[in-house]
Parts: sequence; C-alpha cells; structure tokens
Amino acid sequence: MVHRVTNEILVEIRDVHKSFGKIEVLRGVSMNVTRGEVVCIIGPSGSGKSTLLRCINGLAPIDRGTIKVVGFDVPSLKTDAQKIPLRKAVAIVFQQYNLFPHKTALENIMMAPVQVLKEDRAEVEARARALLRKVRLDGKENAYPGELSGGQQQRVAIARALAMRPQLILFDEVTAALDPETVKEVLTTIRELVDDGLTCILVTHEMRFAAEVADLVCFTDGGVIVEQGTPDQLFKAAEQERTRTFLSQIL
Amino acid sequence: MSTTLSRYAVAMSALALLLAGSAFAAGPAAHGSILAALWKWTPFLLGGFGFNLVISALSMLIGTALGFALGLGLIARGRLMRAACGFVMNLFRNAPRLVLLFMCMFLIPFKLSLFGTTVPLPGWEKAVFGMSLAVMANVAEILRGAVQSIPTAQWESAESLAFSRFQTLWSIILPQCLKRMIPPWMSLYSIITMDTVLVSVLGVGEVMTLTGEALASENNDRLLLPFYGYVLVWFFLYCYPIGLWTARLERRYAVK
Amino acid sequence: MDPVAAWFRWLDDAHGINFTVAYDAFDRARFLRGLLMTIELSVSSIVLSLIIGAVGAGMARARNPILRGCVYWIVQFFRNTPPLAQLYFFFFGLNSVLVTHGANGLPQPLVGNVAWAILSLSLFAGAHNVELFRAGIEAVPATMLEAAESLGYSRFGTYRHIILPLAFRISLPAVNNNLVNLVKTTSVAYAIAVPEMLYVSNQIWSDSLNVPEMMLLLLVCYLALVGILVRFMGWWERALRVPGFGA
Repeated sequence: MVHRVTNEILVEIRDVHKSFGKIEVLRGVSMNVTRGEVVCIIGPSGSGKSTLLRCINGLAPIDRGTIKVVGFDVPSLKTDAQKIPLRKAVAIVFQQYNLFPHKTALENIMMAPVQVLKEDRAEVEARARALLRKVRLDGKENAYPGELSGGQQQRVAIARALAMRPQLILFDEVTAALDPETVKEVLTTIRELVDDGLTCILVTHEMRFAAEVADLVCFTDGGVIVEQGTPDQLFKAAEQERTRTFLSQIL
Repeated sequence: MSTTLSRYAVAMSALALLLAGSAFAAGPAAHGSILAALWKWTPFLLGGFGFNLVISALSMLIGTALGFALGLGLIARGRLMRAACGFVMNLFRNAPRLVLLFMCMFLIPFKLSLFGTTVPLPGWEKAVFGMSLAVMANVAEILRGAVQSIPTAQWESAESLAFSRFQTLWSIILPQCLKRMIPPWMSLYSIITMDTVLVSVLGVGEVMTLTGEALASENNDRLLLPFYGYVLVWFFLYCYPIGLWTARLERRYAVK
Repeated sequence: MDPVAAWFRWLDDAHGINFTVAYDAFDRARFLRGLLMTIELSVSSIVLSLIIGAVGAGMARARNPILRGCVYWIVQFFRNTPPLAQLYFFFFGLNSVLVTHGANGLPQPLVGNVAWAILSLSLFAGAHNVELFRAGIEAVPATMLEAAESLGYSRFGTYRHIILPLAFRISLPAVNNNLVNLVKTTSVAYAIAVPEMLYVSNQIWSDSLNVPEMMLLLLVCYLALVGILVRFMGWWERALRVPGFGA
C-alpha cells in the first residue's frame, strides 16, 4: 500500500559499520527513507536491526559511514545540547516500553516536552491529554505504569514519543513482549499513526502487519541489508535465497 | 585478588602522602620533627592499638556465643519467647553503644564476691561486657535474617521427611545459614573494632587515650593533626582490607 | 505537674529511686536542653548526610576518573575509621590549624564544637549514604536510561529527574537503617563536650548520684527517638511508594 508519495529524503544511511568490541554487528548498511514512507525491517535475531535503529537516533555511535536524519549529520552531534534538535525530530518506542515507574501516565508524556524542550506546561498538558485520547487511554491519566497492562503501557510509550512532535518514529519490536490479545491493540494504534502520514521505521516480527502497512520492507541478515522491496515483491517473490529461507521459517 | 592488592597498595601510598602532607601543613621546618615524634611514639601507640584489637576480639567471641542463643530464641515457636528475645535484641540494638558502655562501667560493681572469693572487675572487662551485649543483639539479628532467607521449601521438605524442628534447624537450616552470616558478621567485626575507641571516653587505656597522653607529654600543638591522623590511618589500614574481603565474600555467597 | 512530682519525690524517699528530672525543675530543664541538642544534632546531620549522599553518588558517576577516585577514597576513609576518632581529628586536629584571633587578641577556634560535631557526623553518615545510593543507582534498569536519553535528557537531567528518584526509593530501607545508626552515633559528641543527652545526664548523675535512674531515662529516650525516626521513615517510604514498582 503506497501512501502519499514525496521525494523528500528524511533518512540517508550510507555504508554504516558498527562493532561491539570484536563483534561486527553492522557491516555496511545503506538505505533511504522518504517523508511519509513506512519502512519495515525484518530479519533473524542478531542481524543488527535494533542496533541500526539506535544508530539512527544517535543512541549508539557508529564506527564508519554516514547517517543523515532530517538534515542532521548524526555522528557529528557530540554534546547533549547538540542532540536535542535530533531528539525532537526522531522519537523511538522500545520493546520494554521503558515508562518511568515513579510518574503517572500523563506525567510520563509531559515530562520531556516540559523539562527538556522547556515548553509551556498548560499547552503540553492539553496536548498530552489529547494524545492519551488518541491512543484510547483517556481515563488512565493518573494511573502509574505498574497499574497498567503491557499493551496499555506500550500505548502510553507511543503517546510519549508523539508528545515530542517528531517527524520520524522508530519502533523497536514493540509488540514482541506482549501477549497476542494486546498485540492487536498496539498494532491498531500504530496503523492509525501511519494513516495520519507519520514517517515510521519499524523493526518487527509481525509479517502480516508489515505486509499491510509497509511501503518498503528490508530484510537484514549478518549486518547487511540482503534485499529490500515492496511487500508484494519481498513476501511473494523474494529474489535472494537467504530471504526465501527466512520467510519460509516465519510464514 | 590482584585488584584488591593494588587498591590496598594505592591506599597505603595515598595515606603515606597524607601523613607527610599533614606534617608539611604544620610548617616547613617542623615536618622533620613531626615525623620523628610519630616514629618515637609508634611502639607505645601500637600497644594501645593492640589492646583495642583484644577488646574487640573478646567482645565478638562472647557476643557471638550469646547472640546465637538469643537468635535461636528469636525464631522460637513460642510467641512469648520470640517477643521477649525481640525486646532484648531491640533494647541492645537501639541503644547507642556509648550509652551501653556507660551503663556497664557505672552499674557493674568494681568487684564481684562469689562463693567467698572476690573477683576484681577492672574497667576494661566491664567495657568488654558492654560491647558483648551490643554484639549479641546484632548477631541475633544476623542469625534471624539468615534463617528467614532460607526458602520455606527447605522447611517443608524437612518436615515431610519427618525431621523434628530441632533436627531441621541443626542439620539443614543452620549449616546453610553459617555461610550467609559470614559477610554481615565480618562487617560487624569491623564496626566493633572501630567502636572500641569509645572506651577511651570512660577512661580505659587504649590507643585514643594513649594518643592523648602522648600529645600531653609532647605539649606541641602542631602535633595534634598528625597524631590524630595517624590513629585514623591505623584503623583504616586494618578495616579497609576487611571491607574488601567482606565484599568479595558477599559476591561469592550471593543468594541466587 | 505537682502530683506527678510529688509521687516521684515519694519514690525517692520511700524506695531510694531518684528521678530528679521528674521533680526538680533545674534538672528537668537541663535534661530537656540535652534532649533538644540531641534532636538538633540528629536532624542537621540527617539532612546534611542525605545531601552529601546524593551529591557524592552523582560524582561517583562522573566521567573524570580523578573525580571518581577522590569520591571513592573519601567514602572509604569515612567508612573504615571510628567516628570518635574522626571527631577528634576534626575538633582537636583541624582546629589547631584553623586558628583565628578573637576580639581580645587570644587565639580562638574557627568552628565551635557543635558545628564540628554536625560536620563530622554528616560526613560519617554521608559516606555510607553515598555507597547506599550508588547501589540504588546501579539497580535502576539500564533501559530506563535509554528511554531518558532518547527523549533528549542530558546526563545531569537524567540523573536528577529519573535516576535519583528511582534510586532513592530502592535504597530507602538501607538508608533508614543508616539514619537510625546516625541518631545513635550522636552520643559520641559527648567526647567534645557538646551538651547532648548523654553529657547532661552525666552532669545530673554527678550531682544527684542517681546513675541507674538516669541510665534508664536515657535508654528510654533513645529508644523513643529511634522509634519516632523509624515510624517517620516508614511513613516516608509509604508516601513514596509507587504501585507496581519494587513493592
């Protein structure tokens, strides 16, 4: 399914290499993401998918290559202050939700815009409440993460990411830690964001979901992108042997 | 082990520098004489420090034995026994050790008449008794904590094998507890050794009192800082390795 | 007050149990001042030691290895030496170096004995707090730090808004233990003539020769102080409790 097609390249990755000690996790990854596009990254564990996401938003430094995101040259941002515009532009949602347990759902969403971006508190609160409504958790403003189910926590995490008004959202296997019933509610939420036109990069195991929402599917293995294409191209007519083997194990 | 040794070596060299530094602080011409004064009094003070170690060793010995008994009372089946032992333990844990020492020094008579013989009780013996009470209370708590950390499954399997409560404690629970009790017990030893200086307040001659006497004899204000620093250094050199060893044992015996 | 005082006087006359504090206004005033001084020492040291603990634990995470090393050795020094010896070092030792001259030209110590007692006790307990907070900080899941960083928090911002509140909750039980110990340790201030409870009790029993009675009163007061502190800490722990976390 192809969304509003634009030509503006939001993410440009060229020949990125990254090692953890002696283990080379990314061995020359290159890809482009344009505004409005939905990219799904699939592949076996250890293929470097999560690491790639963390390199895109500057959580992990790279050894070689270039990463340009929304006009920022990511490896050149060194100090915390320099990284703030990047953090505004790129949001990430983790597999383990990572909500702050000592704050309510509403406070979790409001914290960063108020304390980091120094925005007006009343404005942020109104936006936060609207976001909770959007992820269908109105009524849970004052609940602590410990009182919410996994799926609810993940949706709060998505709302928290949206509160920064990002141009790009990264999803790192966000449904992997949930049980099947709650997976659906989270995927529905992501789908609504996609329909709103948000640029997304998803690392996921949910192949059916990927087939439905993605504009581009990338298959990674051994630290490189083995093959990429539209869902039809990849799922139905994969060219590479490795891709076919992986898909036959999953589907 | 090598990091421990290297840390200790760094500590010793840093302290040597500190000592020299404090001697320098007193003035350039003086530092030679300050180090000489420290050296002169070292054997005297070392004897006092040795006495501190004796007091702490005796207190730990007596207190541990009493503490085991009190600890067993804490986990007894009878509610009255538990409450009574709990009261005794809390009493001696929550009272400051200096106050306990005062109590023992003032309330225990200076001689005891038993079966026609008179036993003199010098100050330091009363001090040992006072410290033993504190040790007893802490060991009881350590024992209780260790017993409670043994999973109930152990008790249940013992019971289903027809062990009596006493047999369960003696053959199954307590042997497992001993290992877990060692790190906090060593920590307690370190604390008690440091607390032996409190007896100086009550006139018992140990390293702090002797330091005071040495300073009085030298009558030189510039020696105050180095001499008191010197005593601190000795305690550090003794207690820091104990702390490192305790941490290592804690890691090794960590309850999975 | 009169019937109570009268009863205690009877107790002394009839049985020799002499609680002068109950019926003698002067002794009572003395003892209450001592009690107040103990409370003052305790509260000041508790507050100061918590601040030292938070700051020290933060510095222990510094990127500069020299700073980290300094914090480590200072903490180890205060943990492995007797508080009484530390007090003497500060009061007698440092005072001999930090000498100023009073109005009449004679040398005077720069810092008084109460101030030294508070400073020494705060450093003693503060060093322990640094260790306890450090353990609490290490127990905060690393994924929490990732989330904070990806939201744009600086290292300091993460420490202040996310790590410290969580680490504090985790380490609170152990910190409470340490603070109880601090209240008990205030009694060493006796040695530098700070007029706290033990010191004034000594004065009272020297005058009235009622050592056992004063000891009993002293014990009861310390147990009461510790009990109040424990209750307050329990209330604090409950107030900070977050559902689903730590429990």
